Amino acid sequence: MKKTYKCKLTLKTELCPGIWDYVVDAPEIAKEAKIGQFLHIACGGGTLLRRPISICDVGERFVRFAFQVKGEGTKLLAKYEVGDEIDIMGPLGNGFKTTPGEKAVVIGGGIGVFPILRLARETDSAVFLGFRSKELVVMEDDYNEANKNVTICTDDGSYGYDGFAIAAMGEYLLENKVDVIYCCGPKPMLKAVKQIAEYRKIPCQLSLEERMGCGIGACLTCVCETKNEGMAKYKQVCTCGPVFDAKEVVL
Amino acid sequence: MAKLEIDYCGVKFRNPIVTASGTFGFGYEYNEYAPLNEYGGFAAKGLTRQPRGGNAAPRIIETASGILNSVGLQNPGVEVFCDYIMPDIAEQFDTNVIANMSGNTIEEYAEMAEMLSETDAAIIEMNISCPNVKHGGMAFGTDAAVVEELTKEVKKKCKKPLVVKLSPNVTSVTEIAKAAESGGADGLSLINTLMGMKIDINTRRPMLANNTGGLSGPAIKPVAIRMVHEVYNAVKIPLIGMGGVMSGADVIEFMIAGARLVALGTGLFTKPDMIFDVKRDILAYMERFKVDDINDIVGTLELN
Repeated sequence: MKKTYKCKLTLKTELCPGIWDYVVDAPEIAKEAKIGQFLHIACGGGTLLRRPISICDVGERFVRFAFQVKGEGTKLLAKYEVGDEIDIMGPLGNGFKTTPGEKAVVIGGGIGVFPILRLARETDSAVFLGFRSKELVVMEDDYNEANKNVTICTDDGSYGYDGFAIAAMGEYLLENKVDVIYCCGPKPMLKAVKQIAEYRKIPCQLSLEERMGCGIGACLTCVCETKNEGMAKYKQVCTCGPVFDAKEVVL
Repeated sequence: MAKLEIDYCGVKFRNPIVTASGTFGFGYEYNEYAPLNEYGGFAAKGLTRQPRGGNAAPRIIETASGILNSVGLQNPGVEVFCDYIMPDIAEQFDTNVIANMSGNTIEEYAEMAEMLSETDAAIIEMNISCPNVKHGGMAFGTDAAVVEELTKEVKKKCKKPLVVKLSPNVTSVTEIAKAAESGGADGLSLINTLMGMKIDINTRRPMLANNTGGLSGPAIKPVAIRMVHEVYNAVKIPLIGMGGVMSGADVIEFMIAGARLVALGTGLFTKPDMIFDVKRDILAYMERFKVDDINDIVGTLELN
């Protein structure tokens, strides 16, 4: 039987203003969690809807996730203190499907860099991380520890590669042949990566985000549009995703 | 041990707790968090004659003590339900299924009722909050004469208990309830969601892709309780109460107001295994007030 867990917050760090990095004690979740799966977190304060937040990293007992304060739910979530218990469902959803021996590109933007840290560590990959500017660069040390080929990019050129992460990836792809692209980021990035992958005929997996209800596939609210017709036109991000084959979805 | 079994329209429910259509899929997902035989029964996702893709996202947004949703009746269509889903549910789970249906025309409703009558569903619930194509798209459920005619026509083809699901978005819910009863409804369920809207003040656009949606959750519970109370006093057929149930105390409150069955809905999103707590709280209440049989609570409201 699946259940919800009360997980003690053991570490809380503000990575940059409004972006929080949490580590919770959650051995059952840690044991199960696959790369790209998410947690459905009750934010407290009388909120009804849990908030879906991707798993960033796991250890033997701990689960790490990071989030940006965007609305009422995440504002409340940011108020938890070390030692508090957080009500968490998970791990949920379908994560990234990796293949041993493949050569990959891992690309993320903004808060989309969190769900793909384990991909950077566990695949033979070149990693491109995009941020708007130097002050918003997060997780640089984690990524450099995880992978030898990490390119940090800033839109305004204030740090690292001067320009979008997709531009840096595009240059890389001119010189290098890869088997797969994994991406998590804002919608414009997902769209661009999907286009590039389709143009270059490279298999591509995208991690999507949508406002969510139950988190387990029943309520049909967190859907993304697909190329199918009828009932299957919209698929649940929670159970069919959050990671989709880029060819399947309409962005 | 206190008795939780309750009869509804001649169907035996092992307890008065069911679920609201649309919040519970076809039961499979929630069975992973609490076995379906913990519930008295469950209402399956609303069906239409043809499969429907539903609305674009976002389909859900939280509001004060509630949520707005606008799924747009995404479902595989009644035939897939009758041929594949319902037989599978019947084989796998030991619980009552309330099949929920929505139509565009009276004929469509009647045809679906006929098809669903041939399945193992225990009860057929008719959603009348849908636009009536022949009447310029105005919801069936807002016109008493239409509700009576619709119920009468559907009853002719329906071989299972027919429960009409009432919309709260009407001038007088008792008038519609009486019309459904006159048309031959075996029971009534209420309330469906209240129409609402939430605006993003930064973009000056509605938060839902469909602009408006149905409000559910604790925000609507007082409205639902009031309506169950009014309808209970206006008709003789039994009621399924719903709207913002978060606890066993809420279930008891609906039953005191007059509901024989009470549905969980939005609360499941917060707590997918809430059924365990709800049942425990109901039993504790019964013990405290020396109630041996849950039937004895129904409609026991005394007005001030």
